[in-house]
Amino acid sequence: MTDAPGLHGQSMRQRSAADLRRENLHIMWRTLTLAWHAYAKDKAAVGALIFMIIVVLIAIFAPYISPHDPTEAVGTRGGLPGTDGLLLGGDMDGRDMLSRLFWGGRVSLLIGVVPTVAATFIAVVLGLFAGYIGGWADQVVMRILDVFFAFPLVLLAIVIAGILDPGVATLILSITVALVPYIARLVRTTTVSVKQEPYIEAARAGGATTPTILTRYILPNMLAPVIVYSTTLIGLMMVVGSGLSFLGLGIQPPDADWGTMVSDGRAVLKRAPHATAFPGFVIVIVSLAFSFIGDGLRDALDPRARVR
Amino acid sequence: MSEPVLSVRGLKTHFRLRTGTLKAVDGLSFELQAGRVLCIVGESGSGKSVTAQSIMRLIELPGRIVDGDISFRDQDLLALTEHEMEDLRGNRIGMIFQDPMTSLNPVFTIGEQIVETIIAHTGASKEEARARAVELMRLVGIPEPEGRLTDYPHQFSGGMRQRVLIAIAIACEPDILIADEPTTALDVTIQAQILRLLSDIQKKLGSAMILITHDLGVVSAMADDVLVMYSGRMVEYGDVKTIFRNPRHPYTLGLLDSIIKLDDSRESELRSISGLPPIPINPPPGCAFRDRCVKAMDVCGTQDPPWVETATGSTAVCHAVEAEEGAAGAGQGAAP
Amino acid sequence: MSDITTGGAGRGANGGEGPLLSVEGLVKHFKLDPKGLFDAPPILRAVDGVDFDVMRGETLGLVGESGCGKSTTARLVLRLIEPTAGSVTLDDVDVLACSKKELLALRREMQIVFQDPLSSLNPRMSVGNQIAEPLRFHGIGDKVDRFDRAREFLEVVGLSSDYYDRLPHEFSGGQNQRVAIARALILRPKLLILDEPVSALDVSIRAQILRLLIDLQGRFQLTYVFISHDLSVVKRFCNRTAVLYLGRIVEIAESESLYREPLHPYSQALISAIPEANPDGPRADSLGGLEGDVPSPISPPTGCPFHTRCPHRMPECSERTPVLKEVKPGHQVACFLH
Repeated sequence: MTDAPGLHGQSMRQRSAADLRRENLHIMWRTLTLAWHAYAKDKAAVGALIFMIIVVLIAIFAPYISPHDPTEAVGTRGGLPGTDGLLLGGDMDGRDMLSRLFWGGRVSLLIGVVPTVAATFIAVVLGLFAGYIGGWADQVVMRILDVFFAFPLVLLAIVIAGILDPGVATLILSITVALVPYIARLVRTTTVSVKQEPYIEAARAGGATTPTILTRYILPNMLAPVIVYSTTLIGLMMVVGSGLSFLGLGIQPPDADWGTMVSDGRAVLKRAPHATAFPGFVIVIVSLAFSFIGDGLRDALDPRARVR
Repeated sequence: MSEPVLSVRGLKTHFRLRTGTLKAVDGLSFELQAGRVLCIVGESGSGKSVTAQSIMRLIELPGRIVDGDISFRDQDLLALTEHEMEDLRGNRIGMIFQDPMTSLNPVFTIGEQIVETIIAHTGASKEEARARAVELMRLVGIPEPEGRLTDYPHQFSGGMRQRVLIAIAIACEPDILIADEPTTALDVTIQAQILRLLSDIQKKLGSAMILITHDLGVVSAMADDVLVMYSGRMVEYGDVKTIFRNPRHPYTLGLLDSIIKLDDSRESELRSISGLPPIPINPPPGCAFRDRCVKAMDVCGTQDPPWVETATGSTAVCHAVEAEEGAAGAGQGAAP
Repeated sequence: MSDITTGGAGRGANGGEGPLLSVEGLVKHFKLDPKGLFDAPPILRAVDGVDFDVMRGETLGLVGESGCGKSTTARLVLRLIEPTAGSVTLDDVDVLACSKKELLALRREMQIVFQDPLSSLNPRMSVGNQIAEPLRFHGIGDKVDRFDRAREFLEVVGLSSDYYDRLPHEFSGGQNQRVAIARALILRPKLLILDEPVSALDVSIRAQILRLLIDLQGRFQLTYVFISHDLSVVKRFCNRTAVLYLGRIVEIAESESLYREPLHPYSQALISAIPEANPDGPRADSLGGLEGDVPSPISPPTGCPFHTRCPHRMPECSERTPVLKEVKPGHQVACFLH
């Protein structure tokens, strides 16, 4: 590449490609820092994030930190916290509550996070297509999604899980399918409103092609509310997954997630309330944490909230 | 001069933002005389609309009136309860907003909206209120008012909607009419109609009017008195002829110079005020205009500018004007 | 990298003869959603037969009130929307006959600046990158070239090149409008359409932007089409002015001549309705103007579109539509009075 004369004939090459890459990295780093500052202004969001990091670490390292095998009876049935040397007591079969909570987190997080992420991907593609093309594409995609939408999410998941063999994979698949219409509708509405912004017309006037407009203009401006929404759905999906497992469509005993632990505990609710209370409490706190994180992301992803 | 209908003293309306305190209005004082039209002029961010909202007590969090007093006749508006204030709004003080599209409730008919205001403030019966509504609509120049009572806002054009808002604002013959950029959203030929109507109504009712605008053409057509605002403060005040003929504050001068007039030729110089208006978040002491001012002195950055009664009849808030007046005064004193 | 620097020069068949832009019989009818299931869709006549030429290096003003079709005309010329009928010729190239590929090439010759500077910029892209975007769209230069070029154009429009990484919300309206102008100019177009470029700006800032535009016109040999509802600005800025009403040009003339001696009753009303910033100017009660509202472009009046509000209307006005005719050299008007 040779030097090219600029407007006034001076050399335009003031930088090398490497310089530019370095500068771009620097800018990305600064954007991240500013986004973190915007996120960190929300104290609840920071607390929730720290809490979730701990929860995830526990789930990952469950095999190493659990005091007992979660599927083996090690104490008395429904033993209260502290009995038999079990910190949180035993469940109805005398299995260690603490270990079961650690192991249950693996499944619960899996069925919360994976379907939500997968459904978000699918929904973004479908919603963008429907919203940007409009007309017949919009009609076809949205009417099909409306059919799915007409069934309650849980019912739809039950149908899918009922057709396939029960198990974690079925659980994830059915929740994903059931979740797509919810997110796709948001993607479509946001796409339609972003599409009408004057900067889209400005880009078209400049010579931008449709793929460029979709990836550089619509996607970045549409994604923020979608990510925020999806984050808050994670907690909810953990509960839905548990509900399906309770119906025998998901996790099979003796494995357990937090939701099945709650339902198992019901049998001994009067004698051993802790067997329901602990996993129930964990579900509530984790769901809350995800919605706090969603609130924080809302600010972090808003360029206007990132103050220098 | 008669008793003022409204007097505002040391008004400070501040907004608490993440980035600091936005001093939207910061120590504003003026009086509104009965039967006169006061135009508050300024650019975006000068605090002119916040002034109107403060008088109506329509400031919402994070904004707050932190200091000053506003008295309407003998009543201290800032001491009234919200309920007493509701009684006053739309009754003794009427307000007309900029956007006639969003200031009417789209799900009620025009008739219902006018009648509701009349009943709320006068306790008239439904029939009386309806008759009065028709009378008002005729007054503001809506053709065939009886037929249009049952129409919804979307069936009216922008200009007609602004007429409806004026009808609602004057329903109780208020002592003060506050119009916030009432013609900004309208086309020129419609703007001329609405300005004529406002001027006409104001004379008929004999009420005082505060008209907020950024358009000096509108000021020239409507104002008796003019208050120029910049960055939350008053910079100059005077009657309309004085302000246009003998502006003293450098900002007023610059603003008048920036206007492109119809009789300007293509060769005439396009003048503007250099720089940008400041955003009054945690403003430094001194004059807010100093960075753009051609007459800025050292003192402008350290001390708030003084109020100067000029020999030409306006009140300017400026160190440079004070110096000029001082020199002129001394000169006159020495001459005889 | 000769590609970036040559810009508009050397392209197009016609070097300097005849008009740069020529618009003939341009029509745009929008089909609206029908009211009932079996009703015919109502038709909005946004632009209803517009003809004009723009000479090289001149500035043509399009004035009119909302709904007169001035912004639609701009979008039709750029082929951002497809016209119902008519022809647009830029530099002897038939814009409407272009294939998609040819249209992309043609986009380098004509650009647009919109009214609201903030919303015409992508809120999540740095202003420098936005200025460089058109180069990217057309595959001109590599990353470094585009970066340098955008920095250069930041300076061209009077901004510091250090502002490259700023986001639009960190700028004022005037600064963002400068960015939008830089983005429109970076391809070195011949024609720049300015759609109300100063209407959203404060009075004290307007003149700064207008001065910049005049300056750039000389520097880059630009031809402007300037759209505005503000007649004082149009008159100050444009060589010739066309007055539009309900999708038609009712008068077109040299700006001076149009303002000194407006011939069409609508032009006269528009001029007399402007309140002047002058202590001896007309007060509100003596402002000129018109009665009534602009009729809906869905059911425009028969004959002359202006006859419903015209103070001089005659019987024939509602029967026949007057066409533009030259009544003085360079001064055309569509009215039976002349």
